[in-house]
Amino acid sequence: MHELAVTQNILNICQRHATQENASQVTDVYLVIGDLSSIIDDSVQFYWDFITKDTICEHSLLHFERIAAKAKCLSCENEFALKQLMPCPQCHSARFKIITGEEFYVDSIKINKNGENHVQ
Amino acid sequence: MCNSASHTHDHDHDHDHSHVSVVENIMNQNDLLARHNQKLLDASGIFAINIMASPGAGKTSVILKIIEELSDRYKIAVIEGDTAPVTIDADKIVAAGVPATQINTGGNCHLDAHMMMHGLDALDLKGVDLLIVENVGNLVCPAGVALGTHANVVIASIPEGDDKPYKYPNIYRGIDVILMNKIDLLPYVDFDMDYFVTGLEMLNPGLTSFPVSAKTSEGIDGFAGWLEARILEKRAA
Repeated sequence: MHELAVTQNILNICQRHATQENASQVTDVYLVIGDLSSIIDDSVQFYWDFITKDTICEHSLLHFERIAAKAKCLSCENEFALKQLMPCPQCHSARFKIITGEEFYVDSIKINKNGENHVQ
Repeated sequence: MCNSASHTHDHDHDHDHSHVSVVENIMNQNDLLARHNQKLLDASGIFAINIMASPGAGKTSVILKIIEELSDRYKIAVIEGDTAPVTIDADKIVAAGVPATQINTGGNCHLDAHMMMHGLDALDLKGVDLLIVENVGNLVCPAGVALGTHANVVIASIPEGDDKPYKYPNIYRGIDVILMNKIDLLPYVDFDMDYFVTGLEMLNPGLTSFPVSAKTSEGIDGFAGWLEARILEKRAA
Protein backbone atom coordinates (compact mmCIF):
# COMPACT_ATOMS: atom_id res chain seq x y z
CA MET A 1 0.00 0.00 0.00
CA HIS A 2 1.39 3.42 0.87
CA GLU A 3 3.08 2.88 4.18
CA LEU A 4 5.48 5.80 3.82
CA ALA A 5 2.64 8.33 3.54
CA VAL A 6 0.79 6.65 6.40
CA THR A 7 3.92 6.60 8.55
CA GLN A 8 4.46 10.29 7.86
CA ASN A 9 0.89 10.97 9.05
CA ILE A 10 1.56 9.02 12.25
CA LEU A 11 4.72 11.05 12.87
CA ASN A 12 2.86 14.34 12.32
CA ILE A 13 0.17 13.35 14.82
CA CYS A 14 2.75 12.26 17.43
CA GLN A 15 4.82 15.41 17.00
CA ARG A 16 1.78 17.64 17.37
CA HIS A 17 0.54 15.94 20.53
CA ALA A 18 4.04 15.72 22.02
CA THR A 19 4.57 19.45 21.49
CA GLN A 20 1.22 20.22 23.11
CA GLU A 21 2.37 18.23 26.14
CA ASN A 22 5.80 19.94 26.25
CA ALA A 23 7.45 16.56 25.79
CA SER A 24 11.16 16.24 25.23
CA GLN A 25 10.90 12.73 23.84
CA VAL A 26 8.31 10.25 22.65
CA THR A 27 9.20 6.75 23.81
CA ASP A 28 6.21 4.67 22.70
CA VAL A 29 3.43 5.01 20.15
CA TYR A 30 0.28 2.89 20.40
CA LEU A 31 -1.58 2.30 17.15
CA VAL A 32 -4.93 0.62 16.64
CA ILE A 33 -5.27 -0.84 13.16
CA GLY A 34 -8.21 -2.87 11.88
CA ASP A 35 -7.45 -5.89 9.73
CA LEU A 36 -9.42 -4.38 6.85
CA SER A 37 -6.73 -1.77 6.32
CA SER A 38 -4.05 -3.02 3.97
CA ILE A 39 -1.21 -1.72 6.13
CA ILE A 40 1.80 -3.95 6.78
CA ASP A 41 3.14 -3.47 10.31
CA ASP A 42 6.74 -4.34 9.43
CA SER A 43 6.73 -1.85 6.63
CA VAL A 44 5.44 0.97 8.86
CA GLN A 45 8.09 0.05 11.43
CA PHE A 46 10.79 0.16 8.76
CA TYR A 47 9.79 3.66 7.60
CA TRP A 48 9.27 4.80 11.20
CA ASP A 49 12.88 4.11 12.21
CA PHE A 50 13.99 5.98 9.12
CA ILE A 51 11.80 9.08 9.22
CA THR A 52 11.95 9.68 12.98
CA LYS A 53 15.71 10.37 12.89
CA ASP A 54 16.45 13.72 14.53
CA THR A 55 12.83 14.14 15.61
CA ILE A 56 11.22 13.99 19.04
CA CYS A 57 10.14 10.43 18.14
CA GLU A 58 13.62 9.08 17.42
CA HIS A 59 14.16 5.61 18.96
CA SER A 60 10.50 5.33 19.98
CA LEU A 61 8.73 1.98 19.79
CA LEU A 62 5.64 1.38 17.73
CA HIS A 63 2.99 -0.91 19.25
CA PHE A 64 0.31 -2.32 16.97
CA GLU A 65 -3.04 -3.41 18.31
CA ARG A 66 -4.70 -5.34 15.51
CA ILE A 67 -8.50 -5.55 15.44
CA ALA A 68 -10.05 -8.52 13.64
CA ALA A 69 -12.72 -7.83 11.04
CA LYS A 70 -16.23 -8.75 12.15
CA ALA A 71 -19.56 -8.37 10.38
CA LYS A 72 -23.16 -8.44 11.54
CA CYS A 73 -25.77 -9.98 9.27
CA LEU A 74 -28.63 -7.59 8.50
CA SER A 75 -31.07 -10.51 8.11
CA CYS A 76 -30.43 -12.80 11.09
CA GLU A 77 -28.17 -10.52 13.18
CA ASN A 78 -25.52 -13.23 13.39
CA GLU A 79 -22.06 -11.81 14.05
CA PHE A 80 -19.26 -13.49 12.14
CA ALA A 81 -15.54 -13.17 11.48
CA LEU A 82 -14.83 -11.68 8.07
CA LYS A 83 -11.65 -13.40 7.00
CA GLN A 84 -12.65 -13.06 3.37
CA LEU A 85 -15.62 -11.65 1.52
CA MET A 86 -18.44 -14.14 2.04
CA PRO A 87 -22.15 -14.26 2.84
CA CYS A 88 -23.44 -14.82 6.39
CA PRO A 89 -22.43 -18.39 7.32
CA GLN A 90 -25.71 -18.87 9.24
CA CYS A 91 -28.42 -17.65 6.81
CA HIS A 92 -26.33 -17.02 3.66
CA SER A 93 -27.58 -13.46 3.29
CA ALA A 94 -25.18 -11.20 1.40
CA ARG A 95 -26.35 -8.16 3.34
CA PHE A 96 -24.22 -7.39 6.35
CA LYS A 97 -22.52 -4.47 7.95
CA ILE A 98 -18.95 -4.37 9.11
CA ILE A 99 -18.74 -3.73 12.84
CA THR A 100 -15.01 -3.97 13.50
CA GLY A 101 -11.82 -4.04 11.45
CA GLU A 102 -11.81 -0.50 10.07
CA GLU A 103 -9.96 1.12 12.99
CA PHE A 104 -7.04 3.25 11.90
CA TYR A 105 -5.83 5.61 14.61
CA VAL A 106 -3.08 6.65 16.98
CA ASP A 107 -4.45 5.71 20.38
CA SER A 108 -1.84 7.14 22.71
CA ILE A 109 1.82 8.03 23.17
CA LYS A 110 4.24 7.74 26.04
CA ILE A 111 6.45 10.76 26.51
CA ASN A 112 9.29 12.06 28.64
CA LYS A 113 9.42 15.57 29.96
CA ASN A 114 12.95 16.56 30.85
CA GLY A 115 14.03 19.27 33.21
CA GLU A 116 10.69 19.89 34.83
CA ASN A 117 8.50 18.26 37.42
CA HIS A 118 5.30 19.21 35.79
CA VAL A 119 2.46 17.09 37.12
CA GLN A 120 -0.97 17.41 35.58
CA MET B 1 6.42 2.53 33.92
CA CYS B 2 3.06 4.18 33.44
CA ASN B 3 0.22 2.24 31.99
CA SER B 4 -2.80 4.46 32.19
CA ALA B 5 -3.66 7.18 29.72
CA SER B 6 -3.23 10.83 30.70
CA HIS B 7 -1.33 9.90 33.81
CA THR B 8 1.80 11.70 34.85
CA HIS B 9 4.10 10.97 37.76
CA ASP B 10 7.44 12.17 38.94
CA HIS B 11 10.37 9.93 38.21
CA ASP B 12 13.97 10.20 39.43
CA HIS B 13 14.60 13.87 39.94
CA ASP B 14 14.68 15.81 36.72
CA HIS B 15 12.22 14.31 34.29
CA ASP B 16 8.90 12.54 34.19
CA HIS B 17 7.03 10.16 31.95
CA SER B 18 3.44 10.30 30.94
CA HIS B 19 1.10 8.29 28.83
CA VAL B 20 -0.97 10.68 26.76
CA SER B 21 -4.24 9.78 25.12
CA VAL B 22 -4.30 10.80 21.45
CA VAL B 23 -7.12 8.90 19.68
CA GLU B 24 -6.64 10.59 16.32
CA ASN B 25 -7.40 8.96 13.00
CA ILE B 26 -4.27 8.53 10.94
CA MET B 27 -6.03 10.09 7.94
CA ASN B 28 -7.35 13.01 9.99
CA GLN B 29 -5.21 15.73 8.37
CA ASN B 30 -6.07 14.45 4.92
CA ASP B 31 -9.77 14.44 5.76
CA LEU B 32 -9.60 18.02 7.05
CA LEU B 33 -7.96 19.14 3.80
CA ALA B 34 -10.52 17.16 1.80
CA ARG B 35 -13.31 19.06 3.54
CA HIS B 36 -11.53 22.31 2.70
CA ASN B 37 -11.39 21.27 -0.96
CA GLN B 38 -15.06 20.38 -0.97
CA LYS B 39 -16.01 23.76 0.48
CA LEU B 40 -14.10 25.43 -2.32
CA LEU B 41 -15.89 23.28 -4.91
CA ASP B 42 -19.27 23.96 -3.31
CA ALA B 43 -18.63 27.70 -3.25
CA SER B 44 -17.97 27.51 -7.00
CA GLY B 45 -21.05 25.36 -7.67
CA ILE B 46 -18.94 22.53 -9.06
CA PHE B 47 -19.86 18.86 -8.91
CA ALA B 48 -16.67 16.79 -8.65
CA ILE B 49 -16.00 13.08 -9.04
CA ASN B 50 -12.98 10.96 -8.21
CA ILE B 51 -12.45 8.17 -10.74
CA MET B 52 -10.51 5.17 -9.48
CA ALA B 53 -9.54 2.02 -11.37
CA SER B 54 -6.65 -0.27 -12.08
CA PRO B 55 -4.24 0.75 -14.86
CA GLY B 56 -5.77 0.06 -18.25
CA ALA B 57 -9.40 -0.13 -17.10
CA GLY B 58 -10.26 2.76 -19.39
CA LYS B 59 -10.40 5.80 -17.12
CA THR B 60 -9.18 8.28 -19.72
CA SER B 61 -11.30 6.69 -22.48
CA VAL B 62 -14.45 6.99 -20.36
CA ILE B 63 -13.60 10.60 -19.49
CA LEU B 64 -13.21 11.40 -23.19
CA LYS B 65 -16.66 9.87 -23.85
CA ILE B 66 -18.19 11.91 -21.03
CA ILE B 67 -16.64 15.03 -22.53
CA GLU B 68 -18.22 14.08 -25.88
CA GLU B 69 -21.63 13.66 -24.22
CA LEU B 70 -21.68 16.69 -21.94
CA SER B 71 -19.22 19.37 -23.02
CA ASP B 72 -21.68 21.10 -25.37
CA ARG B 73 -23.92 21.90 -22.37
CA TYR B 74 -21.59 21.98 -19.39
CA LYS B 75 -18.13 23.28 -18.68
CA ILE B 76 -15.85 20.42 -17.67
CA ALA B 77 -12.35 20.45 -16.18
CA VAL B 78 -10.08 17.50 -15.45
CA ILE B 79 -7.34 16.80 -12.91
CA GLU B 80 -5.07 13.99 -14.04
CA GLY B 81 -3.19 12.03 -11.41
CA ASP B 82 -0.09 10.32 -12.73
CA THR B 83 2.88 8.72 -11.09
CA ALA B 84 5.31 10.08 -13.65
CA PRO B 85 5.66 13.36 -15.55
CA VAL B 86 4.11 11.82 -18.65
CA THR B 87 1.30 13.98 -20.00
CA ILE B 88 -0.23 11.40 -22.38
CA ASP B 89 -3.61 11.44 -20.59
CA ALA B 90 -3.75 15.18 -19.96
CA ASP B 91 -2.80 15.83 -23.60
CA LYS B 92 -5.76 13.75 -24.80
CA ILE B 93 -8.15 15.72 -22.57
CA VAL B 94 -6.78 19.07 -23.71
CA ALA B 95 -7.01 17.90 -27.35
CA ALA B 96 -10.72 17.30 -26.68
CA GLY B 97 -11.03 20.99 -25.79
CA VAL B 98 -11.26 20.64 -22.02
CA PRO B 99 -8.87 22.29 -19.56
CA ALA B 100 -6.77 19.72 -17.70
CA THR B 101 -4.00 19.89 -15.17
CA GLN B 102 -1.69 17.06 -14.31
CA ILE B 103 -0.62 16.16 -10.81
CA ASN B 104 2.56 14.15 -10.86
CA THR B 105 2.58 12.19 -7.61
CA GLY B 106 6.30 11.54 -7.93
CA GLY B 107 5.84 7.80 -7.81
CA ASN B 108 3.17 7.87 -5.12
CA CYS B 109 0.41 5.33 -5.59
CA HIS B 110 -2.63 7.58 -5.13
CA LEU B 111 -3.76 11.17 -4.97
CA ASP B 112 -4.41 12.76 -1.60
CA ALA B 113 -6.28 15.87 -0.50
CA HIS B 114 -3.11 17.96 -0.46
CA MET B 115 -2.26 17.13 -4.07
CA MET B 116 -5.89 17.76 -4.96
CA MET B 117 -5.63 21.23 -3.42
CA HIS B 118 -2.73 22.02 -5.73
CA GLY B 119 -4.71 20.65 -8.67
CA LEU B 120 -7.58 22.99 -7.82
CA ASP B 121 -5.12 25.89 -7.57
CA ALA B 122 -3.78 25.14 -11.03
CA LEU B 123 -7.18 25.18 -12.72
CA ASP B 124 -9.35 28.14 -13.65
CA LEU B 125 -12.55 27.00 -11.93
CA LYS B 126 -14.67 29.92 -13.10
CA GLY B 127 -17.86 28.65 -14.71
CA VAL B 128 -16.89 24.99 -14.34
CA ASP B 129 -19.87 22.66 -13.78
CA LEU B 130 -18.16 19.29 -13.59
CA LEU B 131 -14.68 18.48 -12.31
CA ILE B 132 -13.39 15.01 -13.09
CA VAL B 133 -10.40 13.76 -11.11
CA GLU B 134 -8.63 10.80 -12.66
CA ASN B 135 -6.82 9.06 -9.82
CA VAL B 136 -3.63 7.07 -10.25
CA GLY B 137 -4.28 3.64 -11.76
CA ASN B 138 -4.45 1.42 -8.69
CA LEU B 139 -7.13 -0.74 -7.04
CA VAL B 140 -5.64 -0.66 -3.57
CA CYS B 141 -4.27 2.67 -2.46
CA PRO B 142 -6.82 5.30 -3.49
CA ALA B 143 -9.48 3.58 -1.34
CA GLY B 144 -10.29 5.59 1.73
CA VAL B 145 -8.14 8.59 0.79
CA ALA B 146 -10.66 11.41 0.56
CA LEU B 147 -9.95 14.20 -1.94
CA GLY B 148 -12.97 16.40 -1.34
CA THR B 149 -14.88 15.30 -4.43
CA HIS B 150 -18.62 14.67 -4.11
CA ALA B 151 -18.72 11.16 -5.53
CA ASN B 152 -16.32 8.27 -5.86
CA VAL B 153 -16.52 6.27 -9.05
CA VAL B 154 -14.78 2.98 -9.79
CA ILE B 155 -14.30 1.72 -13.31
CA ALA B 156 -13.95 -2.04 -13.42
CA SER B 157 -13.18 -3.55 -16.79
CA ILE B 158 -14.28 -6.94 -18.07
CA PRO B 159 -10.82 -8.32 -18.95
CA GLU B 160 -9.60 -7.72 -15.37
CA GLY B 161 -11.82 -10.61 -14.26
CA ASP B 162 -14.92 -11.11 -12.15
CA ASP B 163 -13.09 -11.78 -8.86
CA LYS B 164 -11.89 -8.25 -8.21
CA PRO B 165 -14.49 -7.36 -5.50
CA TYR B 166 -13.29 -10.42 -3.58
CA LYS B 167 -9.60 -9.60 -3.96
CA TYR B 168 -9.68 -5.81 -3.62
CA PRO B 169 -12.72 -5.26 -1.39
CA ASN B 170 -11.74 -1.88 0.04
CA ILE B 171 -11.96 0.04 -3.21
CA TYR B 172 -15.63 -0.94 -3.72
CA ARG B 173 -16.75 0.23 -0.30
CA GLY B 174 -17.74 3.83 0.09
CA ILE B 175 -18.08 4.43 -3.63
CA ASP B 176 -21.18 5.92 -5.23
CA VAL B 177 -21.05 4.54 -8.76
CA ILE B 178 -19.40 1.66 -10.55
CA LEU B 179 -18.93 1.35 -14.29
CA MET B 180 -18.24 -2.05 -15.82
CA ASN B 181 -16.25 -1.01 -18.87
CA LYS B 182 -15.37 -2.95 -22.04
CA ILE B 183 -18.65 -4.88 -22.11
CA ASP B 184 -18.04 -5.28 -25.85
CA LEU B 185 -15.46 -7.91 -24.80
CA LEU B 186 -17.94 -10.03 -22.79
CA PRO B 187 -18.33 -12.63 -25.57
CA TYR B 188 -14.57 -13.21 -25.64
CA VAL B 189 -13.62 -13.53 -21.97
CA ASP B 190 -14.81 -15.66 -19.04
CA PHE B 191 -16.45 -13.02 -16.92
CA ASP B 192 -19.31 -14.14 -14.67
CA MET B 193 -21.34 -10.97 -14.17
CA ASP B 194 -23.48 -12.58 -11.45
CA TYR B 195 -20.40 -13.52 -9.42
CA PHE B 196 -19.02 -9.99 -9.83
CA VAL B 197 -22.32 -8.33 -8.83
CA THR B 198 -22.77 -10.66 -5.83
CA GLY B 199 -19.38 -9.53 -4.52
CA LEU B 200 -20.33 -5.89 -5.08
CA GLU B 201 -23.66 -6.37 -3.28
CA MET B 202 -21.87 -7.66 -0.19
CA LEU B 203 -19.53 -4.68 -0.15
CA ASN B 204 -21.87 -1.93 -1.24
CA PRO B 205 -25.55 -2.90 -1.33
CA GLY B 206 -27.63 -1.14 -3.95
CA LEU B 207 -24.62 0.50 -5.60
CA THR B 208 -25.50 2.42 -8.77
CA SER B 209 -23.90 0.63 -11.69
CA PHE B 210 -23.54 1.23 -15.41
CA PRO B 211 -22.25 -1.44 -17.80
CA VAL B 212 -20.50 0.55 -20.53
CA SER B 213 -18.14 0.35 -23.43
CA ALA B 214 -15.95 3.38 -23.99
CA LYS B 215 -15.13 1.88 -27.40
CA THR B 216 -18.65 1.49 -28.76
CA SER B 217 -20.21 4.16 -26.46
CA GLU B 218 -22.79 1.63 -25.26
CA GLY B 219 -24.18 2.62 -21.87
CA ILE B 220 -22.17 5.87 -21.65
CA ASP B 221 -25.37 7.91 -21.94
CA GLY B 222 -26.64 6.34 -18.70
CA PHE B 223 -23.61 7.51 -16.74
CA ALA B 224 -23.68 10.88 -18.48
CA GLY B 225 -27.34 11.23 -17.44
CA TRP B 226 -26.42 10.43 -13.84
CA LEU B 227 -23.70 13.10 -13.94
CA GLU B 228 -26.04 15.62 -15.52
CA ALA B 229 -28.61 15.12 -12.74
CA ARG B 230 -25.88 15.75 -10.12
CA ILE B 231 -24.66 18.86 -11.97
CA LEU B 232 -28.20 20.27 -12.03
CA GLU B 233 -28.70 19.46 -8.32
CA LYS B 234 -25.51 21.37 -7.58
CA ARG B 235 -26.66 24.34 -9.60
CA ALA B 236 -30.00 24.38 -7.79
CA ALA B 237 -28.32 24.13 -4.37
